[in-house]
Amino acid sequence: MYIEMRNIEKSYGDFKASKEVNFGLEKGTLAALLGPSGSGKTTILRMIAGFETPDTGDIIIDGKRVNDLPAADRGIGFVFQNYALFRYMTVYENIAFGLEVKKIHKKLIKARVMELLSLTGLEGLEKRYPNQLSGGQRQRVAFARALAPSPGLLLLDEPFAAIDAKVRQELRSWLKEMIHKVGITSIFVTHDQDEAVEVADEIIVTNQGRIEQIANPFEIYKNPATPFVAEFIGQSARMDGYHKLKGFEKGDFTGAIIRPEFVEAFKSDNLKFQDVMRCSEEGIIEDISFRGNYLEVRLNVNGVSLTTRRSLERRPVSVGEKMHVIVYRIYAYDDKKAYLLENSLLNGANIVTF
Amino acid sequence: MKIKSKWILIGISGVFLFFMLVLPLISVIINSLKEGIGFYFHSLASPTVKSAFGVTVLAAVIAVVVNTIFGIAAAWLITRFSFKGKQILSAVIDIPFSISPVIAGLAFLMTFGRMGWAGGLIARLNEALGTNIQIVFAVPGVVLATVFVTFPFVSREIIPVLLSIGKEEEEAAALMGADGFTIFRKITFPHIRWALLYGVILCTARALGEFGAVHALSKTRGETFTLPLEIDALYLSNSSESITSAFAVSSILVLMAVAVLIIRNIAEHQAKKNEENH
Repeated sequence: MYIEMRNIEKSYGDFKASKEVNFGLEKGTLAALLGPSGSGKTTILRMIAGFETPDTGDIIIDGKRVNDLPAADRGIGFVFQNYALFRYMTVYENIAFGLEVKKIHKKLIKARVMELLSLTGLEGLEKRYPNQLSGGQRQRVAFARALAPSPGLLLLDEPFAAIDAKVRQELRSWLKEMIHKVGITSIFVTHDQDEAVEVADEIIVTNQGRIEQIANPFEIYKNPATPFVAEFIGQSARMDGYHKLKGFEKGDFTGAIIRPEFVEAFKSDNLKFQDVMRCSEEGIIEDISFRGNYLEVRLNVNGVSLTTRRSLERRPVSVGEKMHVIVYRIYAYDDKKAYLLENSLLNGANIVTF
Repeated sequence: MKIKSKWILIGISGVFLFFMLVLPLISVIINSLKEGIGFYFHSLASPTVKSAFGVTVLAAVIAVVVNTIFGIAAAWLITRFSFKGKQILSAVIDIPFSISPVIAGLAFLMTFGRMGWAGGLIARLNEALGTNIQIVFAVPGVVLATVFVTFPFVSREIIPVLLSIGKEEEEAAALMGADGFTIFRKITFPHIRWALLYGVILCTARALGEFGAVHALSKTRGETFTLPLEIDALYLSNSSESITSAFAVSSILVLMAVAVLIIRNIAEHQAKKNEENH
């Protein structure tokens, strides 16, 4: 493990920001701290950086306990949410700052800065000031500046929060590529699931100061460990009447969560779904919403409201139309854990699944 | 807004400013030259005026230097740290604004005078060092009073700037290992440069014009008087010549004020340009 947090607790007065936080990351991992606002993810990041001190517990970086080390001695690069670029210095001076503080020789600084400018695609912009750069360029300068002193750990605090949607897409893939290229262990904080899923190798889901689950994005999606993760990830909706659906029993669960991708609605003459026609039940369309690249269709099935997505390539549907509906699986939960429940009628059937 | 209303408002403001500000200042200059240019320069060269000029400049320079250092320190403390009593410190800094300068002068008198608690301390200090430092009714007292009344100016100008730029740049620099002085020099100072200059200018202007506080602490004309006190003395002597001298000395202060105004405008202009570019 390159970085570990053991039994970390942190309170601000009466407010418990971090409870029993335990996790470890291997060297070279790109991890995301994902959770809703106030879940404690930024607190964790700041404690690792040294901006805050945990009440109890140990923070271990590269085998060394760093709780008592000042931020500057932990070998950390930090990218702030609003970049925190030095407004009165040029791009060159910004990137060179960390090296100048370490009193490195001018020639070596120049070589390193040029290397980073080329790595981040900022050649030619050295003499510009931050206010003469676009949002995406500023973020890249922040990134280059953090990497200049060759830290062992890179921390990013909601790095894409201040950027327009379109540029965000490009920057996400750029960042993932850059970090893997440089090979540096990195942790970034985000509340955007799509971002975490797209960029991270591992996701640490936080909620109310606790860690809910640590796993790769696929695992988090496919096998959410707790009710919170099941509900937080994906377009999840609670449903109480899940036993009313064909193929699902009540069991000892307190509730269930369903996602649009678990529900399939098809017309009676659709050949593709003929095999499972007998397992399906009837649903009436209550509402149809256009979402740009698909339709969101809400149906009433046996008194239960189910939402599914329908590709625009398929035949048109209208409100009030009767359709056949089949539910592949749901996530049922009790107080502690979430469980994947497959539709028992579909056992052995040849169905399209993931 | 209709063009006519706009010009009416401008006209009213112009007339008001003319009578309240411009006219009195012009009359000072005119009255100072009543006995001729020769007399003008003669009255400026008198020993009491020269002494008053020296005391004023000394008090102003010390006040500016001391208040700049402590003003920056206080502003930094208030905007960058949380601690018990922060609100109290902030309020205390503003005291010189809220109390009458005469009260301030009297307060110093009570503290450092023969019967004040600090008076005893100073007497003992004098005995120990073999010196004869006097605070009240001496130049040190005048300087102290000037420092007191001009204290808030620098910090009040810097605090809003420090609050608006936020701590992030400084945090980023600290994270990379920069020490306090480097952070202040390279990161914070460029932001507060012009606000600082503006605060220093206000501090200077106020120091030059202080009357109430120094009046309570100053008794000897030709030794502990500042320019405003000297002007007051000349005016009260009641002869038409001395009154003209009073105007002559006043004109120095008027010219200094005009110079301060011009520098201030240049500073403001530069500050705006600076802000736009960064």
